[in-house]
Amino acid sequence: MAGNVIELNKDNFEEEVLKSELPVLVDFWGPRCVPCMGLMPVVEELAEIYAGKMKFTKLNTAENRRLAIQLKVMSLPTFQFYKNGELVDQLQGNFGREEIEEKIRAIIG
Amino acid sequence: MERYDVIIIGAGPAGLSAALYSARSKLSTLYIEKLSTGGQAATTDEIENYPGFAHGISGPELTAQMEEQAKRFGAKKLLAEVKGIELSGADRIVKTTKGDFIAKVVIIASGAAPKLLGCPGELEFRARGVSYCATCDAAFYEGANVMVVGGGDSAVEEACYLTKFANKVTLVHRRDTLRATKVLQERAFANEKLEILWNTVVEEIIGTDVVEKVRLKNVVTAEVFEREIDGIFIYVGLKPNTEFVKGLVNMDEQGYIITDENMRTNIPGIYAAGDVRQKLLRQVVTAAADGAIAAYHAEKYIEECTG
Repeated sequence: MAGNVIELNKDNFEEEVLKSELPVLVDFWGPRCVPCMGLMPVVEELAEIYAGKMKFTKLNTAENRRLAIQLKVMSLPTFQFYKNGELVDQLQGNFGREEIEEKIRAIIG
Repeated sequence: MERYDVIIIGAGPAGLSAALYSARSKLSTLYIEKLSTGGQAATTDEIENYPGFAHGISGPELTAQMEEQAKRFGAKKLLAEVKGIELSGADRIVKTTKGDFIAKVVIIASGAAPKLLGCPGELEFRARGVSYCATCDAAFYEGANVMVVGGGDSAVEEACYLTKFANKVTLVHRRDTLRATKVLQERAFANEKLEILWNTVVEEIIGTDVVEKVRLKNVVTAEVFEREIDGIFIYVGLKPNTEFVKGLVNMDEQGYIITDENMRTNIPGIYAAGDVRQKLLRQVVTAAADGAIAAYHAEKYIEECTG
């Protein structure tokens, strides 16, 4: 079963990410970004493993370009990590499951 | 520990072609990928020079087909990062982030990654205006003013691709001629949205939150000047992904693995194929050919060993 990954947009970003009680992972992706598509099943798997400890979300940058640029994401794949409404860490470019889990563990403590 | 006849490291065109040939020869075959299928080919929007596709094919589509073909003959896939290869008698032990696997033959097809430009601001503004993948990021630059650095096939091809999105694309090249093939050069020269700055290098990428401008230098006149830009794409060559076999197989000074024409490295039972190998022409078609040759000789090697 795929984990629960919430689809973000400009209307729910504040509620789901900035006001979240749990730390949040935001997966910035785009339909033309092949590495992003490769990471998607990884994120779904991690969402299941870390359910209740971290919230997993994804943002389609093709449909939310302004929001992505506003968040200073202009290159894919990028993952941002938020805690208490603040950006605390980021992964960019060439990263895989290992790097993602490392960040998650560091953030959930 | 799981045992295979052949383990292939990398799922780009070389690795997938090796997996296809190996699996189709009825050898038990595992291919290991760290990121996503297709390697660099999957980040290419349009591949026009792979024979058999008269009107071109997108990189992701071509490599997805290659993977399906390899899987159809029974090749298995593992998503993991390879940390190293150890030798134990005739066994080749592949150490990964998901455990160790034993093979009779290992084919290294781990490819190459974009080289960094190495100027101030590059790392600071990575993903904030600095990019290495036009296919991934072009959509962020709709109507923008972008710069591409480099003079090879990738730089010129991606600069042309970016003109579909950006208002203006400036190609910056340190020499006075392009290294890219003639057909790409002609396309670039004919493109009205594309400007080329010859004999020019990027000295610094400057911005506050995101990239705002670059400081450039003309290497002939020594003139230093600035240009305002929204983004910069860097295509200044490749660095082979061979850290994990450093000290094990012979490499040249740039880190490319040295093989003979049968794709053999200096270690029996370890082969290399594709961009990771020291060679002159790095293309999808030559990577696929390398993979086929490596798998063929792997089969011969296994037959000889098991007699």
